[in-house]
Amino acid sequence: MAEVTIEKLHKSYGTVEVLRDINLTVSDGSFVVLVGPSGCGKSTLLRSVAGLEPISSGHITIGGRDVSALAPAQRDIAMVFQSYALYPHMNVENNMAFGLKFAGTPKDEIARRVGEATRILQLEPLLKRRPKELSGGQRQRVAIGRAIVRQPKVFLFDEPLSNLDAALRINTRVEIAKLHKLLKATIIYVTHDQVEAMTLADKIVVMNQGRVEQVGKPLELYYRPANLFVARFIGSPAMNTLTAELSRDGRSVSVGGVGLPVTVGAAAAPGAVTLGFRPEHCSIGKAGVPAKVDIVERLGETGYVHCRAADGTMILVEVKGDPELEQGADVRVAPAAGHLHLFDGTGARIPEA
Amino acid sequence: MRKPVSAFAVHGILALYTALALFPIVLVIMNSFKAKRAIFNTPLQPPMPWNFDPIGYVKVFGDSAISTYYMNSITVTVGTIFFTLLFGAMAAWALTEYKFRWNTALAIFLSIGIMVPIRLGSVSIIQLVSELNLINTLTALILVYVAQNLPLAVFILSEFIQQIPKDLREAGRCDGLSEYNIFFFIILPLLRPAMATVAVFTMIPVWNDLWFPLLLAPTGGKQTITLGVQQFLGQYITDWNAVLAALSTAIVPVLVLYVIFSRQMIRGLTSGAVK
Repeated sequence: MAEVTIEKLHKSYGTVEVLRDINLTVSDGSFVVLVGPSGCGKSTLLRSVAGLEPISSGHITIGGRDVSALAPAQRDIAMVFQSYALYPHMNVENNMAFGLKFAGTPKDEIARRVGEATRILQLEPLLKRRPKELSGGQRQRVAIGRAIVRQPKVFLFDEPLSNLDAALRINTRVEIAKLHKLLKATIIYVTHDQVEAMTLADKIVVMNQGRVEQVGKPLELYYRPANLFVARFIGSPAMNTLTAELSRDGRSVSVGGVGLPVTVGAAAAPGAVTLGFRPEHCSIGKAGVPAKVDIVERLGETGYVHCRAADGTMILVEVKGDPELEQGADVRVAPAAGHLHLFDGTGARIPEA
Repeated sequence: MRKPVSAFAVHGILALYTALALFPIVLVIMNSFKAKRAIFNTPLQPPMPWNFDPIGYVKVFGDSAISTYYMNSITVTVGTIFFTLLFGAMAAWALTEYKFRWNTALAIFLSIGIMVPIRLGSVSIIQLVSELNLINTLTALILVYVAQNLPLAVFILSEFIQQIPKDLREAGRCDGLSEYNIFFFIILPLLRPAMATVAVFTMIPVWNDLWFPLLLAPTGGKQTITLGVQQFLGQYITDWNAVLAALSTAIVPVLVLYVIFSRQMIRGLTSGAVK
C-alpha cells in the first residue's frame, strides 16, 4: 500500500482545460472519494492516476515513485470500471487470473491469490460461469476480485455502484467499506452520489469544473463548507441560501428585514453576503425570516415545508411529524443559532470568530 | 407480429429463389452420376439404376493431377482466409484504436480498394509477379487474393471493433497486457463472429476464381481445381462425365469450410462484458 500525491496536475483536450492545477495527497491506507457533478473532471482525474489518460503537465507519485509517464500496468494500480469491463469470453476464474498469467506469476501463486479473492468475495459458486450468466451485483464482485488479485498499491473505483439497483447499491456500499477495513488498502473512489461519498470516505474531494473546491472529512464538509458550491452540493436536501446584509459591527446579518445574530472574524467586510442554513437546522416559529408556504411534503417521520421568501427565494424547512400548515400561510423561518453559514461575494466562506 | 399471410408470401418467395439458385447445382450433381448418353438424352432425369455410371468419378479420382489441383485450391483458399483475417483484423484494430498521422488518409485509401476492381491491374500484377519470379506459384495467388480481399475485411472488422467496449481494452491495459496481447487475447476472440463472416465472404470468390489462376499459375502443377477442370474441356471432345464429377466434388471442400465458419457466426458473444 502506498501514498498517492498529485502535484500541479493540468489536463486539457485541445484548448479546453478539464483539470486545472490539482494538488492532492492521498495518505497510505485511506479511502478518498472524488465527488462532483457530471463533467467536473473527477473521472478524468481518476483515469489520469490510472494512466489511461495522458496528463498535460504536473506529477503523480505512487508510493514515492513518479509514475506520470508510466503505462497503467507499471503503476501498481487496479481499476474497477463503472461498466465492470469483464472479459466476456472467459469464466470468472480466468477473468481474475488473466492479468497475472501475463505478468508471469507462478501458477500456484495465481491459484492462491484467486482463491483468497474468491473467499473474501464469496465467489466460490460462480467460478466457472461466464460474465453473461451473472447478475449485476455478481459482476461487480468479480470486477473487484480482479482488482484484488493484482495486489495493487492503490485501488481505483470509477462509479462502481451506479449500474446497480437501489437495494443492491446499499449492500455493496457496505461490502466495499468492509473490504477497505480488511485490505487496509489505499482507495480512490469516484462517485456523483454524495451519500456514497459521505458513508465511505475518510476524506472527500469535492470537484467542480476541473478544480478542487474543498478537501476534508465528510462531516467537515457538512459543517464547514469552504464555499457556496460545496455548501449546496453536500447535504440532502440542499442548503438554503439567501442574500443578506452583514452589519457594520459584524455581529448580525439582516435578511428580509430581520436581524440574525452571527459571530464572524474581524476581517469580514460588511455589506452584501450570502446566508446559508440547512433545512434540518431551521424551524418554523414566531420569529425569523418571513415567508409563504408553497408546498408541504409529508414523508411520515419528517416533513418538508417549501416556503417562498419575500424576494422569491425558495426556503426548505425540515419539520418533525405532520405539520399543520396550509398553502399560502404566512410563516417565519428561524435558522438555529450556530448553524448559520456566511459566504462573501466570491462565494468563499466568511470564517467565524 | 407479422401477419401469417405476408409471412407465407415471404417464405414462398424465398423458397422459389432457393429452388432457382439450387437448380443448376442439383443438375450438375445429378448428371455427374449418369452415363454420357443419358446426360444428353434425359438431362433432367435423376440417376436411375439403368443410366447410372460412375465413370466420371473414376476418372477424376484416378487422375493424380486432379488431387493436386484440389490441394492447390484448398491451400490458396485457406492461406488467403488466414492472411486476410490476420492482417485485416490488425489493420482494423490499428485504424480504430490508435490516432496517428495519415490515419484518415489510410482509411480512405482502403475504402477506395473496395470500389476499384483488382482485375483492372491485371497487366501490372503479371509484370510484378514475373519480376518477383513467382509465376506458377501458389504464393502469387495468395498474395493477390489477400490484396483483393483486405479492403473489405478491414472495413467490416473496423465496424465490429468499434462495438467492443472501450473499457475492455482499458481493463486489459490495467491488467498489464501489452498492446499485442490485448489484440490477440481480448479483441480477436471477441471478433470471431465478424471474422467468420469475412471468411465466408472471402473464400467463395477465391475458390471459384478462374482469372488469376489462368494468368499467374496456368501450368507446372500449380493449377487450382477450377482451372484444372478445363483439361476435360477440349476443342473437339469434352469429357462431360469427368467435368461434372470434378465440379461436384469441388463443392465439397468449400461447403466444409462454410460449415466450420458459420458455426462461429454466433451473435451476442460480447454480452455480459458490460452492463
